[in-house]
Amino acid sequence: MAEVRLEGVSKAFGKTNAVSEIELTVPDGAFVVLLGPTGAGKTTTLRLIAGLEKCDAGSIHIGERQVNDETPAQRDVAMVFQQYSLYPHLTVRDNLAFPLRSPILKTPPDEIERKVREVAEVLRIPEKLDNKATELSGGEMQRVSIGRALVRDPAIYLMDEPLSSLDAKLRAELRIELKRIHDELAATLLYVTHDQIEAMTMASHVGVLDHGRLVQFGTPRDIYENPRTAYVAARLGQPRINLLPADVFAGAPSGAHTIGLRPEHVEQGKGEEATVSRVEHLGDQTRLHLDYRGHALTTLTDAHTPLQRGETILIRSRQALYFDADGNRLT
Amino acid sequence: MSAFSVTEPSKRAKGVAATLVIFYAIVTMIPLAWIFITGFKSPADAIAYPPKVVFQPTLEGYVNLFTTRTRQTQEFLDANPPENWAEEIVRQYDMVIVGPSKFGERFLNSVIIGFGSTFLSVFLGTLAAYAFSRFKIPLADDLLFFILSTRMMPPIAVAIPIFLMYRELGLSDTHLGMILLYTAVNISLAVWLLKGFIDEIPREYEEAALIDGYTRFQAFYKVVLPQAATGIASTAIFCLIFAWNEYAFAVLLTSATAQTAPPFIPTIIGIGGLDWPAVAAGATLFLLPVMIFTILLRRHLLRGITFGAVRK
Repeated sequence: MAEVRLEGVSKAFGKTNAVSEIELTVPDGAFVVLLGPTGAGKTTTLRLIAGLEKCDAGSIHIGERQVNDETPAQRDVAMVFQQYSLYPHLTVRDNLAFPLRSPILKTPPDEIERKVREVAEVLRIPEKLDNKATELSGGEMQRVSIGRALVRDPAIYLMDEPLSSLDAKLRAELRIELKRIHDELAATLLYVTHDQIEAMTMASHVGVLDHGRLVQFGTPRDIYENPRTAYVAARLGQPRINLLPADVFAGAPSGAHTIGLRPEHVEQGKGEEATVSRVEHLGDQTRLHLDYRGHALTTLTDAHTPLQRGETILIRSRQALYFDADGNRLT
Repeated sequence: MSAFSVTEPSKRAKGVAATLVIFYAIVTMIPLAWIFITGFKSPADAIAYPPKVVFQPTLEGYVNLFTTRTRQTQEFLDANPPENWAEEIVRQYDMVIVGPSKFGERFLNSVIIGFGSTFLSVFLGTLAAYAFSRFKIPLADDLLFFILSTRMMPPIAVAIPIFLMYRELGLSDTHLGMILLYTAVNISLAVWLLKGFIDEIPREYEEAALIDGYTRFQAFYKVVLPQAATGIASTAIFCLIFAWNEYAFAVLLTSATAQTAPPFIPTIIGIGGLDWPAVAAGATLFLLPVMIFTILLRRHLLRGITFGAVRK
């Protein structure tokens, strides 16, 4: 395991800047999640570290080595792809053994067998070892492709939305599994997702990407509570943060353009009038969609609320975040 | 709901389809069946009118195909009784077998040239198709068009220049010359077909292999080749069928040493004209290798033809 450092890394495809001047350090043993919508440059960042793309500018360090000119094989990284990553002509066993048999590792057969068994146990697929890769369910396939990374002991594990093609139940299971594996192996992990729950639950650090730039890097808590921009604030939190013109609530500091109110920061019972436009019962919680001075606003309320559409309640803001016209945080 | 049903077809529709397929199969099989049975007829039965469907089978055609024979005097025949069943067959025309015919040699030439050029076309085609599919090649589209343009006229249109070139280069009537020629004709087909197949193989497989510690070339033969097996097999069949059946260039460019079976078979002369049973016997044997090759690769071929046309 090793620290991975990106210094001013840029990559363009044609005229599109996929990644711009990224400065990022993945500490040894950290679980770093890169968060951002499609096209933010998350996957490109992973591919640059893996060596599947060459960077136009900047340098990439794995441990003490500067790896810009190394091939993917030389970089000693393991990667889990979003899909398609199992070799369909091989059995599960051969898929798992594939990296160990590479000319770089040349593992002796008895050790291959031992490691493959071990990983199959961890991922709970020992009885599937002799199946063809194509005979597995989606969840099993993805577990095998995670396993193909785990059989190795690389400098860093790179994972590109490994759970996105799975159903919700499996995703929740594997999320816990991955976190457990990370704790056990003390592995360095760089994980790409657009799913904020994955980011919040697994990450030791979160990096938020916007149009190829790393806009904020920190612990999940820090990013949630102290977002540097309105964009970052909108990335975490479910339901999303309410972004309204700053002047709809009293007390905005000068220069404020937008007020950011997380649902839990809308206090009910005092303040000014808002109309209930929709009540969403989700079982464990209830979402209240309000109309406040012509602006839509979402908040949470008691799961068994008697409120109905069309009723009027009083609300006021608490611990609001303020942003200037460029979306940068003011206070 | 769309107008097209994707449910199971009805019993009646299946019955109609089956009848049509069987009818079509019979129509296409009749000439082959006729060649096959003609090989076992006597020369007289073979040209009988109306054509005979019921006849006394004989191996005369096959004996004539594989041997050369001469007419002998009665004294010679009396002094040397026939030694085996083949001799007995030719004795009825007062002939004796004096040696093997050229058929074996010609057949072997066909095998060497047919399979040789198929191997070379598919080998070069796979490498070229992989390069076109995966790497940024300057003017890739123009190159692909240029490769295809070799098929925009009948190959025989360049027969005279090739004839002259081959004479100068010493390639006339050589195995190498014919292998190169058939490869040149087939390579465009191979590149285009295989590029389609390789395009369909997700890059992630190779990228995974690169990260797993393999070089680009190792990733190619460990991951891409097994995935492309279907495409390679069906391409090989198309190449072999062309090279195996090619007639015009074989007539023009080969004679004593490298002549293939197609120009040889129709020249089998019997007594007083073409020896149809021998020709039919030759044609039957000639069909076998392609048939066996196709049957062996049939599993791949069926998938191969529909592959690429269907979006996953």
